[in-house]
Amino acid sequence: MNAFDLIRSAVKNSLRSKTRTILTVLSIFIGAFTLTLTSGVGTGINQYIDTTVASIGADDVITVTKAAEDGTDGPVEYDPTAVAVDSPNSPPGAPGFSLIALTTDDLDSIGAIDGVLSVQPQLSVSPDYVQVADGTAYEANVGSFIPGMELDLAAGAEPDAASSDYEVAVPVSFVTPLGFTDDAAALGAMLTLAITDVTGTQSELRATIVGVSEEGLAGSTAFTANKVLTEALYDAQSGGLSESSKDSYAQAVVRFDPTGAEADLTTLKSDLSDLGYTGTTVEDQIGSFKAVIDGIVLVLNAFAVIALLAAGFGIVNTLLMSVQERTREIGLMKAMGLGGGKIFGLFSLEAVFIGLMGSALGVGVGMLAGMGANAVLADTLLADLPGLTLVAFDPAALATIILVVMGLAFLAGTIPALRAARQDPIESLRYE
Amino acid sequence: MSIPVLAARDIHKSYGRGATRFDALKGVSVDIQQGESVAIVGKSGSGKSTLMHLLALLDNPTTGSVELSGRDASGLSGRVVNQTRNETFGFVFQQFFLTPNTSVLDNVTLPLQIAGIGGAERKRRGMAVLEQLDLADKARNKATDLSGGQKQRVVIARALVNNPSVIFADEPTGNLDSATGKVVEDILFSLQEEKGITLIIVTHDEDLAARCDRRVYIRDGLITDSLHAVPAATAATIATAQEVRA
Ligand SMILES: Nc1ncnc2c1ncn2[C@@H]1O[C@H](COP(=O)(O)OP(=O)(O)OP(=O)(O)O)[C@@H](O)[C@H]1O
Ligand SMILES: [Mg+2]
Repeated sequence: MNAFDLIRSAVKNSLRSKTRTILTVLSIFIGAFTLTLTSGVGTGINQYIDTTVASIGADDVITVTKAAEDGTDGPVEYDPTAVAVDSPNSPPGAPGFSLIALTTDDLDSIGAIDGVLSVQPQLSVSPDYVQVADGTAYEANVGSFIPGMELDLAAGAEPDAASSDYEVAVPVSFVTPLGFTDDAAALGAMLTLAITDVTGTQSELRATIVGVSEEGLAGSTAFTANKVLTEALYDAQSGGLSESSKDSYAQAVVRFDPTGAEADLTTLKSDLSDLGYTGTTVEDQIGSFKAVIDGIVLVLNAFAVIALLAAGFGIVNTLLMSVQERTREIGLMKAMGLGGGKIFGLFSLEAVFIGLMGSALGVGVGMLAGMGANAVLADTLLADLPGLTLVAFDPAALATIILVVMGLAFLAGTIPALRAARQDPIESLRYE
Repeated sequence: MSIPVLAARDIHKSYGRGATRFDALKGVSVDIQQGESVAIVGKSGSGKSTLMHLLALLDNPTTGSVELSGRDASGLSGRVVNQTRNETFGFVFQQFFLTPNTSVLDNVTLPLQIAGIGGAERKRRGMAVLEQLDLADKARNKATDLSGGQKQRVVIARALVNNPSVIFADEPTGNLDSATGKVVEDILFSLQEEKGITLIIVTHDEDLAARCDRRVYIRDGLITDSLHAVPAATAATIATAQEVRA
């Protein structure tokens, strides 16, 4: 029997007892469907994290904070040196987060650590409005551009960190409101940023628009300023503050050589912690999150695999029945000179085909269900997280699912296939 | 004398062991020449089918040997035995063994499929042999939907499709009425005459046995008699009593 006939016969035979095959296919389908969705969720979330990390960027940056001593359980004692309330640099969105402010002295000692290329306090600035020429003024957030970060640009270039001119990238949603006809028209124009200090004095700064940024999660609707612009804004904002308030920061950004060995980073971090600072890389923050996601996905996948194992026994059962039913046919084929190997092939191919049907169906329907869920969730539950596709499909992962199921089906098929291959033709022909 | 195409050398065959051991054949020797038609005759349970299966290399004797063109079959590899059964032998078993829900044509071409012959060639040869047996119009029907006589002809078509040089037929007319049985007999003997095919026919029908060149009588696992018919031309006119003892 040639290969084509073997496959054709196996397919034909598997369709001979339709109800039985459909039921087995269904049990595989359930496993494959679940596996498709769970791994799809894993892929989706991780993809989201990866794109987010890329836009936060800066894989050569450690964020350094000075953590309050937290050795004891129970209520934390009041510490008058914990971050000053009047500091403009208190970490955003972290209430109850007990941090001790970093001073210029701290920055100096951090800068002295081996492996630290540079240390910069993280400045947070909040301008009152932005405006182009005499157009309408809008409220806006401004973030600082860290080299290494990747801005998702609709037009123009990223603000130049090394430049001594004030440069800014505007979010795409501000282009029309600011009075530009299109993205390209905004490039080269001057943007006015107004900022008020604690004493109520408002000052205005002018920056060149060098780029238009797409609204990613990290880019969101913030303007991205280069280093000199950020510092200028900070100075304007700090007018009237005491020197110690102005020079206390919640965080500092340390750069290191990202091409160095993993061990260098570890020593750098332990040096930091020896001095009482906590250093976290973007990897650290995202990595632990990813580990949690991976763990959850792994557990979900395990459930799907258990379902598939059960389906494997279904395949064994189906094929054993098939072998039993076709005892005489097997006997006849053997009598007519079909070798045991080919008989084995015939039945294991049948198993593999059943596996293929179940897994292809499961993956196909799983993808449809995933896309359906994405469409529904994007407008409801996940509306606040633009760019997150909850269920994403990686072709390699889907192919793996199908191949693994086919492999499992093959393994399940070996038991009945061996039985068929070993049948004695005369005994089989006598079988009533 | 030429080398027999098939020969049994003092074969014993027992089934089971211990108390349930049963000796189906107790020392049978027989030579079958190329182009000869041999009837194996005997009562039910005498061991006819067992002997046929052994000669057809479907089973191994407990002791003794089967020779294929003078070579001991026990020395042949499984692949050679399979190939011989597939290409050299044609089988008509005691039951039809037609695959249900499969077309007559596909049933008939099964030996060719096993041989690995392509679909177009299979169809051509299958249709040719169905034509020969007046079944061409049934080629697309399901094998199980045919009448008993038609099924028997399908089974013979299947035995012929690979142009075998030896046909084993176990009760080829057993399931048929005498008229249809006669048709099937005619087909088999005309094949022997035209193509020089060797026929080994298991039967308990004396009339069918009488048409063969030789009759081997078997009882309780032993050959009791072996009769040669007189040349076919005179056989029709001369009574069975005038047959020569071998
Ligand atoms: N697998 C087996 N196990 C036990 N006994 C067997 C087996 N096969 C055949 N026999 C016995 O061997 C004897 C010969 O069987 P065989 O099938 O050769 O008879 P037969 O001459 O073909 O009879 P019939 O004309 O009814 O077909 C019988 O008594 C049968 O019961
Ligand atoms: Mg019999």
